[in-house]
Amino acid sequence: MAKVGNVINYEDCVIHVDNVSKSFGDLHVLRNVDLKLYNGENLVVLGRSGTGKSVLIKLISGLLKPDTGDITVLGQRVNDLTEKELMQLRLRIGFSFQNSALYDSMTVRENLEFPLVRNKRNLTRAEIDREVEDVLDGVGLLQALNQMPSELSGGQKKRIGIARTLILRPDIMLYDEPTAGLDPITCLDINGLINEVQERYKTSSIIITHDLACAKMVGDRMVMLLDGKFERQGTFEEIFDTDDTRVKPFYDYNFIV
Amino acid sequence: MGRKFNNLLLEFARLHRFLMRVLREAVSPPYEFKEIVRQCYEIGWKSFPLIGLTGFIVGFVFTKQSRPSLEDFGATSWLPALISIAIVRALAPLVTALIASGKVGSQIGAELSSMNVTEQIDAMEVSGTNPFKFLVVSRIIATTIMIPILCFYIAGIGLFGGYLSIIGNDQLSLLSFFTQVFDKIGFVDIFAMTLRAVVFGFTIGFASCYVGYYSSKGTEGVGKAANSAVVASMFTVFIEELLIVQVLSLIS
Repeated sequence: MAKVGNVINYEDCVIHVDNVSKSFGDLHVLRNVDLKLYNGENLVVLGRSGTGKSVLIKLISGLLKPDTGDITVLGQRVNDLTEKELMQLRLRIGFSFQNSALYDSMTVRENLEFPLVRNKRNLTRAEIDREVEDVLDGVGLLQALNQMPSELSGGQKKRIGIARTLILRPDIMLYDEPTAGLDPITCLDINGLINEVQERYKTSSIIITHDLACAKMVGDRMVMLLDGKFERQGTFEEIFDTDDTRVKPFYDYNFIV
Repeated sequence: MGRKFNNLLLEFARLHRFLMRVLREAVSPPYEFKEIVRQCYEIGWKSFPLIGLTGFIVGFVFTKQSRPSLEDFGATSWLPALISIAIVRALAPLVTALIASGKVGSQIGAELSSMNVTEQIDAMEVSGTNPFKFLVVSRIIATTIMIPILCFYIAGIGLFGGYLSIIGNDQLSLLSFFTQVFDKIGFVDIFAMTLRAVVFGFTIGFASCYVGYYSSKGTEGVGKAANSAVVASMFTVFIEELLIVQVLSLIS
């Protein structure tokens, strides 16, 4: 599905990463990074493997804690939240994992029900079934309802993973390498789905990738993580209009080689 | 050397934090009753056939091997008493714990570790579920409940195995066998057996969950976690057995 013009409110910042640093031992992954995600926007974070892209979204969702700096999500400072408050905030954030992270001991239906059953305890069985089928239909995999994750292809797992996050109707989506390890046709499907999610569920999203076709197709704005800092940001054309030897190989590999 | 000592201290600190968190989360609501019941089924109910067979063999073989020694003194009529004391005071809790360490410990270690590797634990956390309470605490509670039940089961089956071994040579009714059995064991023996089983159950759950939850990433980590869960559970069970025997001897 082609990207349509979405209404982005540049007055309303839903995620603000302010001067954040994160190290693992002697390895300085993020160095004083600043980032803003605006309401309704698809922001693509580009960068080489191991540059801290996934660490960034884990910091945003509170799975990791920053060494320094502040992260504000939907008006709440993540660092200051109690465990209970963080749990509540996470219900408004959908996290699509690189390897889908489906619970492999559960069927697709049980995977999708899990967040609903645990967080919306007043729902009836019929309402749960309706929600599950609706969201599964949205990703085009209604027929996989009773299958086990081991019976699904990589692309199907990605779709189910996205469906599981959408079932709680999040305001923000975080996609970690949504097209990693998929064939080009499935990549196009997933990119289309990301745009469809933005349009249908009115989400604001951060998409972590080093797949430039994905970036170009889904991104309203892009930032590039270089040596632990966001050194380049703008549209696709603005990012790659440079002779920087750290940036050019990205473009060359994806579109020339 | 200094670095190894530091790492050891850090490991102890992490173990202490893990234990405190288990105790805190076990008593604070919301309680994961449904998951605890499911784990009791997975850990306990599915272990009944293996535990039963092992208990029967232990009781049967122990009786068979003990007979010649008692025969030398013309004391084969003491066999029921000997079996009851051996099984209730020592064999039942220990054999249950060792079998459970192998079967349940490796299962928990591998399961949590693979969930860790494939980010399923993170996925649970970001979807508003406390994975520690859901995965770790429920499993530890389940092993603490089910190992004592399995222990009573193995004791019963073990005694029955002993009875079958006896009647291969002697005339003895089941009723008089169990009358002699219960003549020799008292409340303190049953209490000590239950206490041991509870401690072993907690230990197996705790050790297996700890190594699974903090396993290193990668498929190698899953294998290591399964292996470490069994080794850590068995080793700790033996240490505890030694300590409990000493304490009970002092008390009695």
